[in-house]
Amino acid sequence: MKKLVSLLMALTMVAVMVAGCGSSAGTASGEATYKIGATGPISGDAALYGIAVKNGMEIAINEINEAGGVNGAKFELNFQDDECDAEKAVNGYNTLKDWGMQVFIGTVTSGACIAVAANTYEDNMFQITPSGSDPKCIENPNAFQVCFADPSQGKKSAEYIGNKDLAKKVAVIYDSSSSYSSGIYASFAAEAANQGFDIVAAEAFTSDSKSDFSVQLQKASDEGAELVFLPIYYSEASLILTQANQMGYDPIFFGVDGMDGILGVTNFDTSLAEDVMLLTPFAADSTDEATVHFVNAYKEKYGEVPMQFAADGYDAVYAVKEALEKGGCEPTMSASELCDKLVAAITQVKITGVTGELSWDASGESNRDPKAVIIKNGAYVLFE
Amino acid sequence: MKKLLTNKIFKNNLITYGIVIIAFVVISIIKGTGNLSSLFTGLLVPLCAYIILAVSLNLVVGISGELSLGHAGFMCVGAFSSALFSKCVVGTMPDGLRFLLALIIGSVLAGIIGVLIGIPVLRLKGDYLAIVTLAFGEIIKNIINVIYIGRDSKGFHFSMTSEMDLNLEAGGETLINGAQGITGTPKDSSFLIGFILVMITLFIVLNLINSRDGRAIMAIRDNRIAAESIGINITKYKLLAFTVSSVLAGAAGVLYSHNLNNLQATSKNFGYNMSIMFLVFVVLGGIGNIRGSIIAAVLLTLLPELLRGLNAYRMLIYAIVLIAIMLFNWAPGALAFREKYSIKNWLSKKTGKEEM
Repeated sequence: MKKLVSLLMALTMVAVMVAGCGSSAGTASGEATYKIGATGPISGDAALYGIAVKNGMEIAINEINEAGGVNGAKFELNFQDDECDAEKAVNGYNTLKDWGMQVFIGTVTSGACIAVAANTYEDNMFQITPSGSDPKCIENPNAFQVCFADPSQGKKSAEYIGNKDLAKKVAVIYDSSSSYSSGIYASFAAEAANQGFDIVAAEAFTSDSKSDFSVQLQKASDEGAELVFLPIYYSEASLILTQANQMGYDPIFFGVDGMDGILGVTNFDTSLAEDVMLLTPFAADSTDEATVHFVNAYKEKYGEVPMQFAADGYDAVYAVKEALEKGGCEPTMSASELCDKLVAAITQVKITGVTGELSWDASGESNRDPKAVIIKNGAYVLFE
Repeated sequence: MKKLLTNKIFKNNLITYGIVIIAFVVISIIKGTGNLSSLFTGLLVPLCAYIILAVSLNLVVGISGELSLGHAGFMCVGAFSSALFSKCVVGTMPDGLRFLLALIIGSVLAGIIGVLIGIPVLRLKGDYLAIVTLAFGEIIKNIINVIYIGRDSKGFHFSMTSEMDLNLEAGGETLINGAQGITGTPKDSSFLIGFILVMITLFIVLNLINSRDGRAIMAIRDNRIAAESIGINITKYKLLAFTVSSVLAGAAGVLYSHNLNNLQATSKNFGYNMSIMFLVFVVLGGIGNIRGSIIAAVLLTLLPELLRGLNAYRMLIYAIVLIAIMLFNWAPGALAFREKYSIKNWLSKKTGKEEM
């Protein structure tokens, strides 16, 4: 009988929770709004990225709403936690559907994004991912991408190194457990063959072993690499720079967009990042109007310098806004109707976002050129 | 028949089956009338998978009395082997047959790994077994993260370094892409299949528990030396429970992988966190209590989803609820309190006098 009591208790608890959820979801005001749904990791290991995207999106949505919305209809954001997990992302997506989502901006990470893409395609829901960089995220015609696709980052980096003749012997240190990192490495290595430099060492690490890089650096050093390509995030990159300095190894370090943020790492001697090159669509230190405006707004609201993920989230919202205007959409339309209109409209949209001039073709990939920057005196300088 | 009905074990089992069948019928009706939310519809298959995992782990932890922390590893084996199979043969055979074969492959492979792991590991006791199974789960996850398999007109290619080392010719397709896992598994799992698998699991586990073999397994759990002295083959029976459990975990993995478009072995879904999660299902539901495992698995899977309204406080509240339920179920003080104020006692007090 004690089981019965437990069961009763559990049931009341569930009932209370269901009731609680019901009330919190019904916050919509009387006027018609566009319900924008998004998922991303806001707890767990990848929380940093999810929170950045969420913050970036919130800033964009507040700006749009203050300016009067899209033809008078405001945006309403619902951001669900997916813990960077495919199953949880699908759950989050379904929760958003129950809420009445009309446009889906997500997800933040590639693995979860690919899983959700199958569902959005089935439901004919417009999907634009701020930072899911794997090309499989946008295989379906209803899915679009704000960030660079991994292959184009790797290819562009290799082309850049080849064209500028930066080095003949190149080492790569990458995270084999991250699709982002190994995806860039794969396309980098494929393009390297055409660019007249050799990859003398390709050393992998995994998310379980990302504190000591002396083995990988030693290998690169022994092979005489003049340039080390780091298609990884800035937290690991800062460790690599520190450890390379300790062992007296001083090649050119070349990063990609994940490297953005390295100057903000706590307890990291930023002088070590001197002369590091990176290819990035977003540089928080840029002086163009849009970026300055965004960075100031972000600092004011969240007290920190935004990283590239936040910029992707910000641009994703503006992309949706432009496409909604272009497509002549109404907030009363269903998600499926909106999807048809948005898919047609987004290919005609051109926005000047904080991650550059953005436009899309039917493949879903965003077209633009990355900026190559070099760190001089603790700041990004455009490298020509 | 009458003897059967008065048999307490039989009646108890019948209630367990009944709960599952009624739940299935009720949910199907709600779903049929279109009143089930998308969230719940999406959760049905994972729920079935977690029920199977909880029940099968209870066989090892509750019935055979061994602490295993590698259950997610077996699930992982089942999930990846079956997803690989389905991806290879997609389009060459009918969907039903494909899923059946995938199910067999996933379960059998998990079972074989279970035997291989079980033979050396079951010689260990208590904490040692827990540590070895924990390590096993992590090893499986890490091995899968470095496997690259591709296919082109020349056949299959295999590598353990990177996708490029597969040397696929143009038009070749990468089947398992290391840490990026398998993409494009056909979505074959459905609530009906999940329900059938739960029923099969219950049938196997409940019958095993109440059979001659099951009693031998429990005898070993309760007193190993006494069991050995009356001629029970310890290794055989422990291995039996362990293998059955891993086969069922493999089947749950098949169900899980055929519900998602993208399968990656991350620490989130196949790491030790998940194994511990399954153990929590078992402990919360009552060690050795199959019905409790089912209820706990359902409750704890739903809980974080239902708490989504609380946003950032979600996981905090989830943890607090977990502690509260655990205390309510198992703390000596709470047990005494419940004894004193239980509905059963209250009812029997009211009706007791007349009976006497």
